[in-house]
Amino acid sequence: MSIGFCIKPAGDSALLVQLGNKISPELNAKVRALNVALQHNPIEGVIETVPAYCSLLVCFDPLKLEPATLEKHLERAMETTCEGNISQPSVTVIPVCYGGDLGPDLEFVSAYCKLDPEEVIALHSAPNYLIYMLGFTPGFPYLGGMDPRIATPRLENPRTKIPAGSVGIAGEQTGIYPVDSPGGWRIIGRTPVNIYDPFRTPPVLFSAGNYIRFQPITAEQYQTTKEQAKIGAYKVRTYNLEEEKGML
Amino acid sequence: MPTFFEVVSPGFLTTVQDSGRFGYRSIGMPVTGALDQYSYRVANLLVGNDENAACLEITLLGPTFEVHGSAVIALNGALFQATLNEQPLPQWQAVEVKENDIITISEAKVGARGYLAVAGGFDVPMVMGSRSTYIRGEIGGFQGRPLQRGDKLEIGSPSKEPLQYVGKLIPSEYIPRYDASGIVTLRVIMGPQEHCFSQKGLQDFLMSTYTVTSESDRMGCRLEGTSVEHLSKGHAQIISDGIPLGAVQIPGDGMPIVMLADGQTTGGYPKIATVCTVDLPLVSQCKPGDKVHFLEITQDEAISLLKEQEDKLHKLQLMLTPDASSTARHFRVMVESRYFDVWVEER
Repeated sequence: MSIGFCIKPAGDSALLVQLGNKISPELNAKVRALNVALQHNPIEGVIETVPAYCSLLVCFDPLKLEPATLEKHLERAMETTCEGNISQPSVTVIPVCYGGDLGPDLEFVSAYCKLDPEEVIALHSAPNYLIYMLGFTPGFPYLGGMDPRIATPRLENPRTKIPAGSVGIAGEQTGIYPVDSPGGWRIIGRTPVNIYDPFRTPPVLFSAGNYIRFQPITAEQYQTTKEQAKIGAYKVRTYNLEEEKGML
Repeated sequence: MPTFFEVVSPGFLTTVQDSGRFGYRSIGMPVTGALDQYSYRVANLLVGNDENAACLEITLLGPTFEVHGSAVIALNGALFQATLNEQPLPQWQAVEVKENDIITISEAKVGARGYLAVAGGFDVPMVMGSRSTYIRGEIGGFQGRPLQRGDKLEIGSPSKEPLQYVGKLIPSEYIPRYDASGIVTLRVIMGPQEHCFSQKGLQDFLMSTYTVTSESDRMGCRLEGTSVEHLSKGHAQIISDGIPLGAVQIPGDGMPIVMLADGQTTGGYPKIATVCTVDLPLVSQCKPGDKVHFLEITQDEAISLLKEQEDKLHKLQLMLTPDASSTARHFRVMVESRYFDVWVEER
Protein backbone atom coordinates (compact mmCIF):
# COMPACT_ATOMS: atom_id res chain seq x y z
CA MET A 1 0.00 0.00 0.00
CA SER A 2 1.32 3.44 -0.77
CA ILE A 3 0.11 6.72 0.63
CA GLY A 4 0.44 10.10 -0.97
CA PHE A 5 1.73 12.59 1.53
CA CYS A 6 3.78 15.74 1.58
CA ILE A 7 5.95 17.37 4.21
CA LYS A 8 6.02 21.16 4.40
CA PRO A 9 7.86 23.60 6.66
CA ALA A 10 5.61 25.30 9.22
CA GLY A 11 8.09 27.87 10.49
CA ASP A 12 11.60 27.07 11.77
CA SER A 13 10.46 24.65 14.48
CA ALA A 14 7.74 22.52 12.89
CA LEU A 15 7.02 20.38 9.86
CA LEU A 16 3.49 19.69 8.65
CA VAL A 17 2.86 16.19 7.32
CA GLN A 18 -0.19 16.46 5.07
CA LEU A 19 -1.69 13.03 4.40
CA GLY A 20 -4.58 14.12 2.21
CA ASN A 21 -7.21 16.77 2.13
CA LYS A 22 -10.57 15.51 3.27
CA ILE A 23 -12.40 14.51 6.43
CA SER A 24 -12.59 10.72 6.42
CA PRO A 25 -12.06 8.02 9.04
CA GLU A 26 -9.58 6.22 6.72
CA LEU A 27 -7.37 9.29 6.37
CA ASN A 28 -7.56 10.06 10.09
CA ALA A 29 -6.51 6.46 10.81
CA LYS A 30 -3.33 7.15 8.82
CA VAL A 31 -2.67 10.29 10.89
CA ARG A 32 -3.06 8.21 14.03
CA ALA A 33 -0.83 5.46 12.65
CA LEU A 34 1.98 7.93 11.94
CA ASN A 35 1.55 9.53 15.35
CA VAL A 36 1.66 6.15 17.11
CA ALA A 37 4.75 5.19 15.10
CA LEU A 38 6.50 8.38 16.29
CA GLN A 39 5.50 7.63 19.89
CA HIS A 40 6.89 4.09 19.65
CA ASN A 41 10.13 5.22 18.04
CA PRO A 42 10.77 8.71 19.40
CA ILE A 43 13.09 10.92 17.37
CA GLU A 44 15.64 12.88 19.42
CA GLY A 45 14.77 16.57 19.09
CA VAL A 46 11.04 16.14 18.41
CA ILE A 47 9.17 18.05 21.13
CA GLU A 48 5.57 17.07 20.41
CA THR A 49 3.03 16.40 17.68
CA VAL A 50 -0.42 17.81 16.96
CA PRO A 51 -2.66 15.30 15.16
CA ALA A 52 -5.59 16.78 13.22
CA TYR A 53 -8.18 15.56 10.67
CA CYS A 54 -5.76 14.75 7.85
CA SER A 55 -2.39 16.11 8.96
CA LEU A 56 0.21 15.83 11.68
CA LEU A 57 2.17 18.85 12.89
CA VAL A 58 5.58 17.75 14.17
CA CYS A 59 7.19 20.33 16.47
CA PHE A 60 10.95 20.03 16.91
CA ASP A 61 13.92 21.82 18.42
CA PRO A 62 16.00 23.08 15.47
CA LEU A 63 19.04 23.39 17.76
CA LYS A 64 18.99 19.62 18.21
CA LEU A 65 17.55 18.32 14.95
CA GLU A 66 17.97 19.44 11.33
CA PRO A 67 14.65 19.65 9.46
CA ALA A 68 16.14 17.62 6.59
CA THR A 69 17.02 14.81 9.03
CA LEU A 70 13.56 14.93 10.55
CA GLU A 71 12.02 14.75 7.09
CA LYS A 72 13.93 11.53 6.37
CA HIS A 73 12.80 10.06 9.70
CA LEU A 74 9.20 10.97 8.90
CA GLU A 75 9.40 9.40 5.44
CA ARG A 76 10.72 6.20 6.99
CA ALA A 77 7.97 6.26 9.64
CA MET A 78 5.40 6.64 6.86
CA GLU A 79 6.75 3.48 5.20
CA THR A 80 6.56 1.56 8.50
CA THR A 81 2.98 2.63 9.16
CA CYS A 82 1.99 1.31 5.70
CA GLU A 83 2.89 -2.15 6.89
CA GLY A 84 -0.11 -1.99 9.21
CA ASN A 85 1.57 -3.17 12.43
CA ILE A 86 -0.01 -0.43 14.48
CA SER A 87 -2.05 -1.09 17.62
CA GLN A 88 -5.83 -0.88 17.28
CA PRO A 89 -7.61 2.30 18.35
CA SER A 90 -9.40 2.30 21.72
CA VAL A 91 -13.00 3.07 22.65
CA THR A 92 -13.60 5.10 25.83
CA VAL A 93 -17.06 4.77 27.36
CA ILE A 94 -18.43 8.06 28.66
CA PRO A 95 -21.52 7.68 30.90
CA VAL A 96 -24.15 10.34 30.17
CA CYS A 97 -27.35 11.22 31.97
CA TYR A 98 -29.68 12.47 29.24
CA GLY A 99 -32.50 15.01 29.62
CA GLY A 100 -33.88 16.80 32.66
CA ASP A 101 -31.84 19.61 34.22
CA LEU A 102 -28.64 18.03 32.94
CA GLY A 103 -29.86 18.00 29.33
CA PRO A 104 -32.26 20.93 29.03
CA ASP A 105 -32.40 20.83 25.20
CA LEU A 106 -33.29 17.15 24.82
CA GLU A 107 -36.96 18.02 24.37
CA PHE A 108 -36.19 20.64 21.75
CA VAL A 109 -33.98 18.20 19.81
CA SER A 110 -36.70 15.58 20.08
CA ALA A 111 -39.39 17.99 18.80
CA TYR A 112 -37.12 19.38 16.06
CA CYS A 113 -36.19 15.90 14.79
CA LYS A 114 -39.73 14.54 15.26
CA LEU A 115 -38.45 11.67 17.39
CA ASP A 116 -39.25 10.52 20.92
CA PRO A 117 -36.63 11.60 23.48
CA GLU A 118 -35.85 7.89 23.97
CA GLU A 119 -35.15 7.55 20.25
CA VAL A 120 -32.82 10.57 20.34
CA ILE A 121 -30.96 8.98 23.26
CA ALA A 122 -30.78 5.63 21.46
CA LEU A 123 -29.46 7.20 18.25
CA HIS A 124 -26.97 9.38 20.13
CA SER A 125 -25.57 6.55 22.23
CA ALA A 126 -25.39 3.96 19.43
CA PRO A 127 -22.24 4.82 17.44
CA ASN A 128 -18.56 4.81 18.25
CA TYR A 129 -17.59 8.40 17.60
CA LEU A 130 -14.20 8.94 16.00
CA ILE A 131 -12.14 11.64 17.77
CA TYR A 132 -10.70 13.42 14.74
CA MET A 133 -8.71 15.81 16.93
CA LEU A 134 -8.69 17.69 20.23
CA GLY A 135 -8.63 21.46 20.25
CA PHE A 136 -10.56 24.70 20.81
CA THR A 137 -10.17 24.32 24.59
CA PRO A 138 -8.05 21.66 26.33
CA GLY A 139 -9.77 18.30 25.93
CA PHE A 140 -12.49 19.38 23.49
CA PRO A 141 -13.02 16.47 21.06
CA TYR A 142 -14.00 17.04 17.43
CA LEU A 143 -16.16 13.96 16.88
CA GLY A 144 -17.34 12.29 13.70
CA GLY A 145 -20.11 9.78 13.19
CA MET A 146 -23.30 11.32 14.54
CA ASP A 147 -26.55 10.07 13.05
CA PRO A 148 -27.87 12.85 10.75
CA ARG A 149 -31.42 12.13 12.01
CA ILE A 150 -30.62 13.96 15.26
CA ALA A 151 -28.85 16.94 13.65
CA THR A 152 -30.19 20.17 15.20
CA PRO A 153 -29.14 23.79 14.62
CA ARG A 154 -27.34 25.71 17.38
CA LEU A 155 -29.08 28.06 19.79
CA GLU A 156 -29.70 31.50 18.32
CA ASN A 157 -28.42 33.09 21.54
CA PRO A 158 -25.50 31.19 23.04
CA ARG A 159 -25.65 30.54 26.79
CA THR A 160 -23.07 32.41 28.86
CA LYS A 161 -22.11 29.35 30.87
CA ILE A 162 -22.38 25.70 29.98
CA PRO A 163 -21.19 23.42 32.78
CA ALA A 164 -18.20 21.13 32.22
CA GLY A 165 -19.25 17.66 31.11
CA SER A 166 -22.23 18.87 29.08
CA VAL A 167 -22.92 16.84 25.95
CA GLY A 168 -24.40 18.76 23.05
CA ILE A 169 -25.38 18.82 19.41
CA ALA A 170 -24.54 21.60 16.94
CA GLY A 171 -25.72 20.95 13.40
CA GLU A 172 -24.34 17.56 12.41
CA GLN A 173 -21.72 17.56 15.16
CA THR A 174 -21.76 16.32 18.71
CA GLY A 175 -19.27 16.97 21.49
CA ILE A 176 -18.52 17.37 25.20
CA TYR A 177 -17.55 20.58 26.98
CA PRO A 178 -14.37 19.75 28.99
CA VAL A 179 -14.58 22.96 31.07
CA ASP A 180 -17.28 25.50 31.89
CA SER A 181 -17.58 27.75 28.86
CA PRO A 182 -20.06 29.87 26.96
CA GLY A 183 -21.61 28.11 23.99
CA GLY A 184 -24.49 27.65 21.60
CA TRP A 185 -24.75 23.88 21.40
CA ARG A 186 -28.05 22.12 22.18
CA ILE A 187 -27.31 20.41 25.50
CA ILE A 188 -28.93 16.97 25.71
CA GLY A 189 -27.12 15.48 28.70
CA ARG A 190 -24.12 15.61 31.00
CA THR A 191 -21.38 13.21 32.04
CA PRO A 192 -20.41 12.97 35.72
CA VAL A 193 -16.85 12.10 34.68
CA ASN A 194 -14.08 14.75 34.57
CA ILE A 195 -12.92 14.32 31.01
CA TYR A 196 -10.24 16.97 31.59
CA ASP A 197 -8.26 17.43 34.80
CA PRO A 198 -4.97 19.36 34.59
CA PHE A 199 -3.70 17.67 37.76
CA ARG A 200 -4.21 14.12 36.48
CA THR A 201 -1.90 12.09 34.24
CA PRO A 202 -2.96 12.04 31.48
CA PRO A 203 -5.06 15.21 31.80
CA VAL A 204 -7.60 14.08 29.17
CA LEU A 205 -9.31 10.67 29.20
CA PHE A 206 -9.00 10.08 25.46
CA SER A 207 -6.80 11.06 22.53
CA ALA A 208 -7.10 11.90 18.85
CA GLY A 209 -7.60 8.98 16.47
CA ASN A 210 -9.45 6.88 19.06
CA TYR A 211 -13.18 6.54 19.78
CA ILE A 212 -15.78 7.64 22.32
CA ARG A 213 -19.04 5.92 23.07
CA PHE A 214 -21.83 7.46 25.16
CA GLN A 215 -23.56 5.18 27.62
CA PRO A 216 -26.96 6.33 28.97
CA ILE A 217 -27.18 6.32 32.77
CA THR A 218 -29.94 7.27 35.23
CA ALA A 219 -29.98 10.34 37.48
CA GLU A 220 -29.09 8.08 40.46
CA GLN A 221 -26.14 6.56 38.60
CA TYR A 222 -25.09 10.09 37.68
CA GLN A 223 -24.96 11.08 41.36
CA THR A 224 -23.09 7.93 42.42
CA THR A 225 -20.56 8.25 39.61
CA LYS A 226 -20.09 11.95 40.34
CA GLU A 227 -19.26 11.18 43.97
CA GLN A 228 -16.81 8.48 42.88
CA ALA A 229 -15.25 10.77 40.24
CA LYS A 230 -14.79 13.51 42.82
CA ILE A 231 -12.53 11.32 44.96
CA GLY A 232 -10.82 9.80 41.92
CA ALA A 233 -12.41 6.38 42.50
CA TYR A 234 -14.22 6.13 39.16
CA LYS A 235 -12.37 4.58 36.26
CA VAL A 236 -13.81 4.95 32.78
CA ARG A 237 -14.12 1.79 30.74
CA THR A 238 -11.78 1.65 27.76
CA TYR A 239 -11.47 -1.23 25.37
CA ASN A 240 -9.85 -2.08 22.10
CA LEU A 241 -11.94 -1.58 18.95
CA GLU A 242 -10.99 -5.11 17.83
CA GLU A 243 -12.27 -6.60 21.13
CA GLU A 244 -15.61 -4.97 20.48
CA LYS A 245 -15.84 -6.64 17.09
CA GLY A 246 -15.22 -9.92 18.90
CA MET A 247 -17.94 -9.12 21.41
CA LEU A 248 -20.55 -8.57 18.72
CA MET B 1 8.97 33.61 57.01
CA PRO B 2 9.71 33.12 53.32
CA THR B 3 10.48 36.08 51.09
CA PHE B 4 7.44 37.34 49.23
CA PHE B 5 6.23 40.27 47.14
CA GLU B 6 2.85 41.71 48.03
CA VAL B 7 0.84 43.17 45.19
CA VAL B 8 -0.10 46.76 46.03
CA SER B 9 -1.57 47.30 42.56
CA PRO B 10 -1.61 44.62 39.85
CA GLY B 11 -1.16 46.78 36.74
CA PHE B 12 -3.03 46.17 33.49
CA LEU B 13 -2.19 42.47 33.05
CA THR B 14 0.55 40.83 35.09
CA THR B 15 0.97 37.04 34.96
CA VAL B 16 3.51 34.44 36.05
CA GLN B 17 5.20 32.93 32.97
CA ASP B 18 8.11 30.63 32.16
CA SER B 19 9.60 29.03 29.06
CA GLY B 20 6.29 27.31 28.24
CA ARG B 21 4.14 24.25 28.71
CA PHE B 22 5.25 21.67 26.19
CA GLY B 23 3.91 18.21 25.37
CA TYR B 24 0.18 18.92 25.59
CA ARG B 25 -0.65 20.62 22.31
CA SER B 26 -2.19 17.35 21.10
CA ILE B 27 -4.94 17.71 23.71
CA GLY B 28 -5.54 21.34 22.84
CA MET B 29 -3.39 22.94 25.53
CA PRO B 30 -1.52 25.99 24.20
CA VAL B 31 2.21 26.35 24.91
CA THR B 32 1.69 29.52 27.02
CA GLY B 33 4.86 31.02 28.59
CA ALA B 34 6.64 34.35 28.18
CA LEU B 35 5.77 35.92 24.82
CA ASP B 36 9.18 37.61 24.57
CA GLN B 37 11.37 34.60 25.33
CA TYR B 38 14.55 36.61 24.71
CA SER B 39 13.92 39.25 27.39
CA TYR B 40 12.61 36.54 29.71
CA ARG B 41 15.73 34.41 29.35
CA VAL B 42 18.13 37.32 29.77
CA ALA B 43 16.21 38.41 32.89
CA ASN B 44 16.80 34.98 34.43
CA LEU B 45 20.49 34.99 33.45
CA LEU B 46 20.92 38.40 35.07
CA VAL B 47 19.88 37.09 38.49
CA GLY B 48 21.63 33.71 38.17
CA ASN B 49 18.44 31.66 37.72
CA ASP B 50 17.85 28.46 35.81
CA GLU B 51 16.54 29.19 32.33
CA ASN B 52 13.10 27.86 33.27
CA ALA B 53 12.53 29.95 36.38
CA ALA B 54 9.16 31.68 36.55
CA CYS B 55 9.10 35.45 35.96
CA LEU B 56 6.33 38.00 35.84
CA GLU B 57 5.15 39.18 32.46
CA ILE B 58 4.01 42.79 32.72
CA THR B 59 1.79 44.34 30.06
CA LEU B 60 1.74 48.05 29.13
CA LEU B 61 1.05 49.35 32.64
CA GLY B 62 2.99 47.65 35.39
CA PRO B 63 2.30 46.62 38.98
CA THR B 64 3.46 47.94 42.35
CA PHE B 65 4.93 45.56 44.93
CA GLU B 66 5.95 45.76 48.53
CA VAL B 67 8.96 43.58 49.30
CA HIS B 68 8.94 41.30 52.36
CA GLY B 69 12.35 39.80 53.05
CA SER B 70 15.18 40.55 50.63
CA ALA B 71 15.73 39.56 47.03
CA VAL B 72 17.58 40.32 43.80
CA ILE B 73 15.48 41.35 40.81
CA ALA B 74 15.95 42.29 37.15
CA LEU B 75 13.44 44.08 34.95
CA ASN B 76 13.78 43.44 31.21
CA GLY B 77 11.79 43.79 28.04
CA ALA B 78 9.93 47.02 27.37
CA LEU B 79 11.41 50.27 28.67
CA PHE B 80 9.27 51.24 31.67
CA GLN B 81 8.84 54.23 33.86
CA ALA B 82 9.95 52.26 36.94
CA THR B 83 11.12 53.14 40.44
CA LEU B 84 12.46 51.49 43.58
CA ASN B 85 11.41 53.57 46.59
CA GLU B 86 10.77 56.48 44.22
CA GLN B 87 14.32 56.36 42.79
CA PRO B 88 14.69 55.30 39.15
CA LEU B 89 14.94 51.50 38.87
CA PRO B 90 17.63 50.53 36.36
CA GLN B 91 16.57 47.91 33.80
CA TRP B 92 18.55 45.05 32.23
CA GLN B 93 20.61 44.60 35.38
CA ALA B 94 20.29 42.88 38.76
CA VAL B 95 19.17 45.09 41.64
CA GLU B 96 18.94 44.23 45.33
CA VAL B 97 15.62 44.88 47.09
CA LYS B 98 14.99 44.80 50.85
CA GLU B 99 12.23 44.58 53.43
CA ASN B 100 9.47 47.18 52.86
CA ASP B 101 10.95 48.40 49.57
CA ILE B 102 8.36 49.55 47.07
CA ILE B 103 8.85 48.54 43.42
CA THR B 104 6.67 50.63 41.13
CA ILE B 105 6.49 49.80 37.45
CA SER B 106 4.37 52.35 35.63
CA GLU B 107 3.88 52.90 31.94
CA ALA B 108 5.78 51.14 29.17
CA LYS B 109 7.49 53.96 27.28
CA VAL B 110 8.93 51.80 24.49
CA GLY B 111 7.70 48.25 23.85
CA ALA B 112 4.70 46.53 25.39
CA ARG B 113 5.85 43.75 27.74
CA GLY B 114 8.29 43.64 30.60
CA TYR B 115 9.77 40.67 32.45
CA LEU B 116 10.52 40.85 36.15
CA ALA B 117 12.84 38.08 37.25
CA VAL B 118 13.73 37.40 40.87
CA ALA B 119 16.64 35.24 42.04
CA GLY B 120 15.07 31.91 42.97
CA GLY B 121 12.06 32.46 40.72
CA PHE B 122 8.42 33.04 41.65
CA ASP B 123 7.38 29.95 43.55
CA VAL B 124 4.02 28.83 42.19
CA PRO B 125 2.98 25.20 41.68
CA MET B 126 3.87 23.35 38.50
CA VAL B 127 0.86 22.39 36.41
CA MET B 128 1.44 20.05 33.49
CA GLY B 129 5.17 20.67 33.62
CA SER B 130 5.08 24.47 33.70
CA ARG B 131 4.45 27.43 35.99
CA SER B 132 2.99 29.56 33.19
CA THR B 133 -0.45 31.08 33.60
CA TYR B 134 -2.96 29.97 30.98
CA ILE B 135 -5.57 32.66 31.53
CA ARG B 136 -8.38 31.14 29.42
CA GLY B 137 -7.89 27.68 30.92
CA GLU B 138 -7.53 29.13 34.44
CA ILE B 139 -4.49 27.00 35.25
CA GLY B 140 -0.85 27.60 36.20
CA GLY B 141 0.78 30.75 37.53
CA PHE B 142 -0.76 32.37 40.60
CA GLN B 143 -4.07 30.53 41.10
CA GLY B 144 -4.56 30.32 37.34
CA ARG B 145 -5.18 34.03 36.92
CA PRO B 146 -3.54 37.46 36.46
CA LEU B 147 -2.28 39.09 39.66
CA GLN B 148 -4.70 40.99 41.87
CA ARG B 149 -4.24 43.49 44.68
CA GLY B 150 -3.25 41.77 47.93
CA ASP B 151 -1.72 38.66 46.31
CA LYS B 152 1.39 37.43 48.08
CA LEU B 153 3.94 35.98 45.67
CA GLU B 154 6.43 33.69 47.31
CA ILE B 155 10.02 33.60 46.06
CA GLY B 156 11.98 30.34 45.71
CA SER B 157 15.45 29.86 47.16
CA PRO B 158 18.19 30.94 44.75
CA SER B 159 20.60 28.19 43.68
CA LYS B 160 23.51 30.66 43.45
CA GLU B 161 24.43 33.57 45.70
CA PRO B 162 22.39 36.31 43.99
CA LEU B 163 24.18 39.32 45.47
CA GLN B 164 27.22 38.66 43.27
CA TYR B 165 25.05 39.49 40.25
CA VAL B 166 23.94 42.86 41.57
CA GLY B 167 25.05 45.82 39.48
CA LYS B 168 26.64 43.67 36.75
CA LEU B 169 26.09 45.30 33.40
CA ILE B 170 25.70 43.54 30.10
CA PRO B 171 26.92 44.94 26.77
CA SER B 172 24.26 47.17 25.28
CA GLU B 173 24.14 45.05 22.11
CA TYR B 174 22.19 42.59 24.26
CA ILE B 175 19.46 45.13 24.89
CA PRO B 176 16.95 45.15 22.04
CA ARG B 177 15.59 48.41 20.72
CA TYR B 178 11.87 48.43 20.16
CA ASP B 179 11.65 51.40 17.86
CA ALA B 180 8.18 52.85 18.23
CA SER B 181 8.54 55.31 15.36
CA GLY B 182 9.79 52.86 12.75
CA ILE B 183 8.36 49.85 10.99
CA VAL B 184 9.16 46.50 12.61
CA THR B 185 10.45 43.88 10.18
CA LEU B 186 9.12 40.41 10.89
CA ARG B 187 10.99 37.69 9.05
CA VAL B 188 8.74 34.83 7.92
CA ILE B 189 8.99 31.42 6.34
CA MET B 190 6.23 31.10 3.74
CA GLY B 191 3.60 28.39 4.18
CA PRO B 192 2.34 25.88 4.99
CA GLN B 193 -0.79 27.12 3.13
CA GLU B 194 0.56 29.77 0.78
CA HIS B 195 -1.25 27.92 -2.05
CA CYS B 196 -4.56 29.25 -0.64
CA PHE B 197 -3.66 32.78 -1.81
CA SER B 198 -3.69 34.59 -5.13
CA GLN B 199 -0.49 36.07 -6.61
CA LYS B 200 -1.85 39.46 -5.65
CA GLY B 201 -2.54 38.24 -2.09
CA LEU B 202 1.01 36.93 -1.67
CA GLN B 203 2.46 40.14 -3.08
CA ASP B 204 0.32 42.40 -0.89
CA PHE B 205 1.25 40.37 2.17
CA LEU B 206 4.98 40.87 1.60
CA MET B 207 4.84 44.44 0.23
CA SER B 208 2.36 46.15 2.57
CA THR B 209 2.72 47.68 5.99
CA TYR B 210 0.29 46.49 8.65
CA THR B 211 -0.88 48.18 11.84
CA VAL B 212 -1.25 46.33 15.16
CA THR B 213 -4.85 46.62 16.43
CA SER B 214 -6.07 46.96 20.01
CA GLU B 215 -7.67 43.49 19.88
CA SER B 216 -4.20 41.94 20.14
CA ASP B 217 -3.58 39.83 23.21
CA ARG B 218 -1.55 36.82 24.39
CA MET B 219 -3.44 34.62 21.92
CA GLY B 220 -2.57 36.58 18.84
CA CYS B 221 -1.31 39.83 17.40
CA ARG B 222 -4.06 41.14 15.13
CA LEU B 223 -3.14 43.35 12.21
CA GLU B 224 -4.99 45.60 9.80
CA GLY B 225 -4.00 46.97 6.43
CA THR B 226 -4.21 45.73 2.85
CA SER B 227 -6.52 42.72 2.77
CA VAL B 228 -4.65 39.54 1.76
CA GLU B 229 -6.62 37.96 -1.08
CA HIS B 230 -7.38 34.24 -0.99
CA LEU B 231 -7.30 32.29 -4.26
CA SER B 232 -11.08 31.95 -3.99
CA LYS B 233 -13.72 32.24 -1.30
CA GLY B 234 -13.41 28.50 -0.69
CA HIS B 235 -9.71 28.95 0.06
CA ALA B 236 -10.48 31.12 3.10
CA GLN B 237 -10.99 27.91 5.08
CA ILE B 238 -9.00 24.73 5.36
CA ILE B 239 -9.65 21.47 7.15
CA SER B 240 -8.42 22.35 10.65
CA ASP B 241 -4.80 21.48 11.37
CA GLY B 242 -2.14 22.17 13.99
CA ILE B 243 -0.98 25.77 14.43
CA PRO B 244 2.73 26.39 15.08
CA LEU B 245 3.86 29.36 17.21
CA GLY B 246 4.11 32.47 15.06
CA ALA B 247 1.77 31.19 12.34
CA VAL B 248 0.20 34.02 10.34
CA GLN B 249 -3.45 33.11 9.83
CA ILE B 250 -5.52 34.90 7.23
CA PRO B 251 -9.25 34.62 7.97
CA GLY B 252 -11.99 35.56 5.49
CA ASP B 253 -11.55 39.32 5.96
CA GLY B 254 -7.92 39.08 4.79
CA MET B 255 -6.45 40.66 7.94
CA PRO B 256 -3.42 38.77 9.29
CA ILE B 257 -3.29 37.36 12.84
CA VAL B 258 0.11 36.27 14.20
CA MET B 259 -0.58 33.38 16.58
CA LEU B 260 1.16 33.69 19.96
CA ALA B 261 1.77 31.46 22.99
CA ASP B 262 -1.85 31.37 24.27
CA GLY B 263 -3.30 30.81 20.79
CA GLN B 264 -5.41 27.82 19.86
CA THR B 265 -3.50 24.68 18.98
CA THR B 266 -5.63 23.90 15.91
CA GLY B 267 -7.60 26.02 13.51
CA GLY B 268 -9.26 26.26 10.13
CA TYR B 269 -7.86 29.49 8.68
CA PRO B 270 -5.10 29.13 6.08
CA LYS B 271 -1.64 30.07 7.31
CA ILE B 272 0.20 32.10 4.70
CA ALA B 273 3.52 32.12 6.61
CA THR B 274 5.15 31.63 10.01
CA VAL B 275 7.19 34.27 11.84
CA CYS B 276 10.65 32.91 12.66
CA THR B 277 11.39 32.18 16.32
CA VAL B 278 13.98 34.96 16.79
CA ASP B 279 11.45 37.59 15.67
CA LEU B 280 8.58 36.47 17.94
CA PRO B 281 9.86 38.77 20.73
CA LEU B 282 9.46 41.70 18.33
CA VAL B 283 5.80 40.79 17.73
CA SER B 284 5.14 40.64 21.46
CA GLN B 285 6.68 44.07 22.02
CA CYS B 286 4.30 45.70 19.51
CA LYS B 287 1.70 48.07 20.89
CA PRO B 288 -1.61 48.88 19.21
CA GLY B 289 -0.82 51.36 16.43
CA ASP B 290 2.71 50.03 15.79
CA LYS B 291 3.58 49.17 12.18
CA VAL B 292 5.01 45.90 10.91
CA HIS B 293 5.94 44.40 7.59
CA PHE B 294 6.84 40.87 6.59
CA LEU B 295 10.08 39.75 4.95
CA GLU B 296 10.44 36.29 3.45
CA ILE B 297 13.45 34.17 4.47
CA THR B 298 14.18 30.45 4.18
CA GLN B 299 13.83 27.89 6.95
CA ASP B 300 17.64 27.42 6.91
CA GLU B 301 18.20 31.16 7.35
CA ALA B 302 15.74 31.24 10.26
CA ILE B 303 17.53 28.35 11.95
CA SER B 304 20.93 30.05 11.48
CA LEU B 305 19.53 33.17 13.14
CA LEU B 306 18.30 31.06 16.04
CA LYS B 307 21.72 29.39 16.41
CA GLU B 308 23.43 32.80 16.40
CA GLN B 309 21.10 33.97 19.15
CA GLU B 310 21.80 30.82 21.19
CA ASP B 311 25.57 31.42 20.90
CA LYS B 312 25.07 35.01 21.94
CA LEU B 313 23.04 33.98 25.00
CA HIS B 314 25.60 31.35 25.88
CA LYS B 315 28.36 34.00 25.78
CA LEU B 316 26.25 36.22 27.98
CA GLN B 317 25.86 33.45 30.50
CA LEU B 318 29.67 33.05 30.63
CA MET B 319 30.10 36.81 30.91
CA LEU B 320 27.78 36.92 33.90
CA THR B 321 29.45 34.02 35.66
CA PRO B 322 31.17 35.53 38.68
CA ASP B 323 34.84 36.09 37.89
CA ALA B 324 37.31 38.18 39.87
CA SER B 325 40.00 38.51 37.20
CA SER B 326 38.50 41.48 35.35
CA THR B 327 39.63 44.89 36.53
CA ALA B 328 37.73 47.00 34.00
CA ARG B 329 34.66 48.79 35.33
CA HIS B 330 31.65 48.86 33.07
CA PHE B 331 29.24 51.79 33.00
CA ARG B 332 26.10 52.14 30.98
CA VAL B 333 24.86 55.50 29.79
CA MET B 334 21.40 56.09 28.39
CA VAL B 335 20.96 58.84 25.82
CA GLU B 336 17.54 59.31 24.22
CA SER B 337 16.32 55.78 25.13
CA ARG B 338 19.50 54.18 23.77
CA TYR B 339 22.15 52.50 25.86
CA PHE B 340 25.91 53.07 25.44
CA ASP B 341 28.72 51.12 27.12
CA VAL B 342 31.71 52.71 28.78
CA TRP B 343 34.59 50.66 30.23
CA VAL B 344 37.11 52.25 32.57
CA GLU B 345 40.30 50.35 33.25
CA GLU B 346 43.31 51.36 35.35
CA ARG B 347 46.65 50.96 33.60
